[in-house]
Order: sequence, then structure tokens, then C-alpha cells
Amino acid sequence: MSKFRKGGKKGMPAISTASLPDIVFMLLFFFMVTTVMRETTLFVSVVTPKATEIKKMEKKSLVSYIYIGSPVKRMQASYGSAARIQLNDAFAEVGEIQEFIATEREARDEKEIPYMTTSIKADETVKMGIISDVKQELRKANALKINYSTRKGDY
Amino acid sequence: MASSRRGLPEINAGSMADIAFLLLIFFLVTTTMDVDTGIARKLPPMPEDEQIEDDSQIHAKNIYVVLINANNQLLVEGELMDISQLRGDAKDFIDNNGKDPNSSENPEKAIISLQNDRGTEYMTYIRVQNELAAAYNELRNKAALNKFGERYADLNKTQMKEIRKMYPQKISEAEPKNIGGDS
Repeated sequence: MSKFRKGGKKGMPAISTASLPDIVFMLLFFFMVTTVMRETTLFVSVVTPKATEIKKMEKKSLVSYIYIGSPVKRMQASYGSAARIQLNDAFAEVGEIQEFIATEREARDEKEIPYMTTSIKADETVKMGIISDVKQELRKANALKINYSTRKGDY
Repeated sequence: MASSRRGLPEINAGSMADIAFLLLIFFLVTTTMDVDTGIARKLPPMPEDEQIEDDSQIHAKNIYVVLINANNQLLVEGELMDISQLRGDAKDFIDNNGKDPNSSENPEKAIISLQNDRGTEYMTYIRVQNELAAAYNELRNKAALNKFGERYADLNKTQMKEIRKMYPQKISEAEPKNIGGDS
């Protein structure tokens, strides 16, 4: 009697689960590679307006984001509820945008600069005054490709 | 001794799958597959100091003036208008081709001038932008269907260019003014 063979009925052999980890790892790597971790914590609450004539944004690595909205609840004690601009991880003034664009440009390849887009993620209740200011600054910084971030939806 | 000859016992890899699953689930949950969408626009370059804007060459009838005030009301070509009517009216204007002597001569010459107040709500502004873009897209789609029998989005690059030449999207935004209310 061999060591491995049971004496009695053989029945169905158990399916080998030895390759299960490999399969799972494959899936894991897929998700790890495709995952884009949110690199900024939002200090402003942004609900983008709805629109129908929207386009998908290409080349996410070439997009810089400008968030505009009123500060979130826990920040309102120190920053008030008036609409503010957020660049990267901090509140910013309108005057800081040119600098922000310059640093964003430095981080990219020179060839890619003309394709860089600035996405304006603004809350739908924000007044146009602040957005006009941002747009003027972007024009000064010669960052002319912009994208008004919107949700898909009808009114 | 029997045990020393066997060497180290093999590490049980049975729980490997569980660990991998745990990580997998973590990444599944944190992944955001949402694609950013939005309305793409190109800002005009900053005017040079000496350069004076020369509007005289553009006939006044070729300009479709859209004003939005601080109360989110629309004044289109001097008349109060609801946003829901804007798309149709803009289409009529662009695709006039000289039928109405007070409207645009042809789509290539038609310019939409958009001006908003500092107190205008962003949502209204985007809605107006959206309606104007929709007007152009509908016209382009119609032209594409007539000419190539396909929707504008399905055309190839050269065909798209041709349609774009027929209906160039000219939306000009004036420098912002502060007329009514705060910003």
C-alpha cells in the first residue's frame, strides 16, 4: 500500500488550487497598475455642473487641476465659507496660479507642454467672478487649453 | 534521525491566495475607474499692449450677443430669453445663410459673443456654454449626415476637418465686467 493512496474508493480527485494564488496575483497586479490613487485631499467641496456636450479627457498625466469651491465643513471654522481656490494640497490665492502652472510645466517633458490641459473643477454654485480671475491668470501664464470639468447629465 | 534528513518543512502556501485576495479586494475598492469629462475650451491669448482690438471688420449682424447677468438671466440679441430656447435660436442664427438680413451671412462668419457678469453662477455659465456647443454639434451632425451619411463623431479626420470648416465654432468671450452685484 503506497503512502499516498487511500485504500478505499477513489472518487473525484480534488481540483488543484495551487494556481489560484497566481490567478489572484495576476488580477491584483492589474488593479495595482491601473489604480490611480487620489493624490490630493480636497479641502473644497466640489459638485461639478451637469452638461451633455462633454468630451473625455485624454492623457491624464498632462492635466493639472484647479479646484474651486467653498471649503468643506471642518475647514469652514478657519477659512470661512466663501469660495476658494485649491491647488495641489493647499488653499491658494489667484496670484499663485501662474507659479503653479510653471511648476506643473517643469515636471513635464518639454515636448508635452503644448498638450498640457488645465482642468477647472469648480462647484456649480460658485460665482463667475472667481472663475474669470482664474481664467485671466491662466491666460497670463499662457496655459490656454482648459477644460471645464462637468458631469454627464441633462437638466 | 529521520526528521533531520527531511530538512525544513515546506512553508504552507495555502493562505497565499487569501492574502492575495485581501490585497485584490483593497485595490478593487480603492480603484476609481471614472474618466474625467468636461467641456474643452481654448482661451484667447493675452493681447499685446499696443494691439488694439479690431472689431470693425466684423459686421454687427454676424455677431450673436449673449449676455448673462448676475441674476442668471439671459439677454440674447437684446431680448430676454430662457436658456431652453437658446439652442434653437443659436442654430437659427448660425445656419441663417442670409435668409434673414439681420442674422448671420453664413456659418463661417457667424460669431457668438458671450459675456457674463462676475455675479453669474457657474452652473448657468456652463449651461449656456453647453447649449451653444450643442447648437454647433447638432449643426455639424446634420451636415455630416448630409454629406457623408455618418454622424460627426464617426467621421475620419479629414472629413471632420471639412465639417469643422463649414461650421467653425467661434465663441468669443469678452473681458469680464462687474455690473451687478458682488463676485
